[in-house]
Formats: sequence, C-alpha cells, structure tokens
Amino acid sequence: MDAMVNTPLAENAPRIAREKPLKIRARNVDVYYGEKHAIKGLNIDIPDGAVSAFIGPSGCGKSTFLRSINRMNDTIPSCRVTGNIEIDNRDIYDKKLDVVQLRARIGMVFQKPNPFPKSIYENVAYGPKIHGLSKGKADLEEIVVTSLKKAGLFEEVKDRLDHSGTSLSGGQQQRLCIARAIAVNPEVILMDEPCSALDPIATARIEELIDELRQNFCIVIVTHSMQQAARVSQLTAFFHLGNLVEVGDTDEIFTAPKDKRTQDYITGRFG
Amino acid sequence: MSDHIVKAYDEDLANLKTMLAQMGGLAEDHLAKAIDALSKRDTKLADVVIAQDEKIDALELQLEERAILTIAKRQPMARDLREIMVAIRIASDLERIGDLAKNIAKRTHAINEQLPRKLAAGLTRMGRLSLEELKDVLDAYTTTDDNKALDVWRNDGELDALYNSIFRELLTYMMEDPRMIGPCTHLLFGAKNFERIGDHATNIAENIYYLVHGQPLREERPKKDTTSTTAFDSMNER
Repeated sequence: MDAMVNTPLAENAPRIAREKPLKIRARNVDVYYGEKHAIKGLNIDIPDGAVSAFIGPSGCGKSTFLRSINRMNDTIPSCRVTGNIEIDNRDIYDKKLDVVQLRARIGMVFQKPNPFPKSIYENVAYGPKIHGLSKGKADLEEIVVTSLKKAGLFEEVKDRLDHSGTSLSGGQQQRLCIARAIAVNPEVILMDEPCSALDPIATARIEELIDELRQNFCIVIVTHSMQQAARVSQLTAFFHLGNLVEVGDTDEIFTAPKDKRTQDYITGRFG
Repeated sequence: MSDHIVKAYDEDLANLKTMLAQMGGLAEDHLAKAIDALSKRDTKLADVVIAQDEKIDALELQLEERAILTIAKRQPMARDLREIMVAIRIASDLERIGDLAKNIAKRTHAINEQLPRKLAAGLTRMGRLSLEELKDVLDAYTTTDDNKALDVWRNDGELDALYNSIFRELLTYMMEDPRMIGPCTHLLFGAKNFERIGDHATNIAENIYYLVHGQPLREERPKKDTTSTTAFDSMNER
C-alpha cells in the first residue's frame, strides 16, 4: 500500500501533536471480530516522545486499537483490520512486513505482570538474545543492567539477579516487564492498564517511570483510571462504542472537553 | 446536566451551590441595608450590617472546607472541577463584597453626622448601581447564564464613570472648604468601596464565563475608572 500523503495538521490539532514528530498514524481503521464492529472509522495521529492515553468504558475499543498497533490482533482468527496504520510512514499491515521485526520495535506491557518463570536476569536478557542485539556476554549484561536501571528496578534487585522473576512483588514484577520491554530497544511502548493490579505506591513508581521513559519512546497507554491518564499523558483519546469520540491535549480533555460524551464519561455520569 | 452515577456527588455539588446562594443572598441584603442606612441616615441599620458580616465570613469558610473535601473525595474533572473552583472564587468575592458593605456601614456614622444630605446622594446612586450589578450577576450564576454575566461585565463601566465624576466633585468641595476634607474623605472611600463591589461583580461574571466555556474571558474589560491617574491640576493652578 502506498504511504499516505503528508497532509498538514489542522488548525485545531492538539498542541502536543504539533510540537512533537508524528510516530503512529491511523486512517479509516475498522476492526471487526466476526460480525462485531469493534472499531469504526478511526483516525488518529500519535506523537513521538510523548505519552498518549486511551480512555473509555469497557468494550469501547481502546484495547482493540492498542492491539492493532503491534498486530497482536492477527492471533485472533475472527479478527479483521481494515484501513491504514503507519509507524514512521510505513504501513504496518503491509504483507511484505515481518511481524516479528515489527513487534521487536513495539514493546508491550500488560495488565497483569507476566514475567517468564525464569531468573530476573533471564527475563530481561531473553529479548536481546533472540533478536541478536548483543555482541557477547559483557554486552548482554550491560543491556540487562541498563534496562533494569531505566525501569527503576536495578537497585532493588541487583543482589539477586538469579532469583526467579516471579518471586518479586507485583509492582516489581511490572517494572521487570517494563525492563524486559525496553531491553530490545523498541520505539513504541504499548501499555494495557499497566497499574490496575498494583497498589498506589507501586502505581506511583510506574507512573514516575512512564514520565521518564517518554523522553525516548512513543508511549501509548490504555487506562481505566482517569486520574492516571490526566497525570501521565500529554494526549488523551476518548473511545466510546467503537468510535474515537475526542482526541486532545490532556490538559484540555480533563478541564474542558468539547464533546458531551467525553464530559459525561470523565465526570462519572455515564449510564 | 445528567446526574452522576454516584448520587452523593450530585449532593456535594448541589450543597456548594446552595451555600453560595446563601452567601449571595446575605451579601445582597447587607449591601442593600448599607445603602439604606446611608440614604435614610439610619445608623442603627448600619450597626446591624456591621454585626452581621460575620455570617458571610463563616459561610465562606464552610464552603471552602466543603469544596476541598469534595475535591479530595471525588477528584472532580472537567465541568465538575470548574464548578468547584468557581464556587471557591465566587465565595471569596462575596466575602469581600460583605467586607466592603460593612466598611460603608461603618462610615455611615461619620457621614450622617457631618455631611449635608445632598452630598451623599451621588454615593447612594453608586450604591444602587453596584447592588444592581451584584443582583444581576448572582442571577446569572444561579441560571448559569453567561450572556447575562457578560452584560454585567460590560456595564460595570457605568459605575466606574459615576465614581470618576463623584471623585472630581468631592475634590472640588474639599478644595473649596478644608473643613470638608474629613467627611468628604469618608465619602470618597465609600465611593471607592462601591466601585470595588462592581469590580468583584465583574470577577464573578468572568468566573461564570469560565464555568460555561472552560476558557478564561480574554477580552479586555472597558474600564472607565481614571481616578488613579487623575492629576490634581486645579490644585497646581493655585
């Protein structure tokens, strides 16, 4: 498929989208699960070097769209994606594109921390190893340590890297998963409710981490916590019944949203 | 607007509105009484205003506490958040208006004793204008009518203009007769108080606009109060 024409951003495009380079662009995206029309004609520009939050009630399509970005929906036989999703102007549904390579560029963190039943070290080293990103043992160790440091976990685990990843607390496990995700040096990090299984302190740590990571990554986070979206993101997209209702600068979405449905949802009025 | 899923949240917000309505009612009442005390030379009425100001102060504190509690409990967003912030700000304007009315009431004693009636007439006229502004802006708040709020905001210039003319008039009297300096100063402060009440009313109007639009009013208000730059030319001429 041809790359899309680079249309200039509209006057009313979010401030963050004008300030940062474009990373992900979706045009006329529809997603179906069999008969169910899960996402309807979605258009969005997601900036690099920023956190974009997807919010909306359960079943609104926000996770579905998130999973379309790394083509995880390919694994669901009944799922069909039409339209166009580009990363760095390259169509990611291009048949010539190597999905494994694509997913190496896109890290993902899930709701429930899911470390491998291996040592802390192995959890982080696994990705770089299979993608051949390290030039030897010392290099690999360097990647593991840096990733753990970036994920804010190194100090807590440096004396027990050989312990099982599953022996860590929930919050630590989630940071381990983030370390694992960033070890392969991705460009995009997708997070699907990364804090919903964590206590407030662990949540605060992850949020702090997200804030630090956004300098170097394009981060997209799905969250059910409006406060979290308001705290960590610069761009917020509100989904409802498969429609992308409103996209805007986070500051504006949470103080003065334009669409009544957004207003009703974020103020807790949705029936 | 439709209701919150959590009903107690609606009650919290409704409570704030009720308290603000009470405060507004009291401020209006005190201002009206202060003006009456001035126009009817009723110092007893003035004393009532002075004594009652505490009520407004207490209500403001209460409202602030409730607002803070609501923010902590509900973590309000969007219009709900604006609703609460605006309530806090309007409460503070109303409290100031109460103080200014009280100050006018205090001055009534001196003015009533020392001044010929006709001199206080201009002041009473200012008072009535400021009271009208206050009433209109409180109505605009109760009905969330941003157009009405904008009318108040634009019309405050009238009060400013009246203040200018009174300011100049009083200057003339004081220059003519130095014995008038004392009582005229009271009048001048009284006039300034009414002018300030008008400014608080426009603050409230701006807050209503923000509540409705989610954006601050960016226009420049037509200001006609030029007294702070008035040079005392006539004095220099002597």
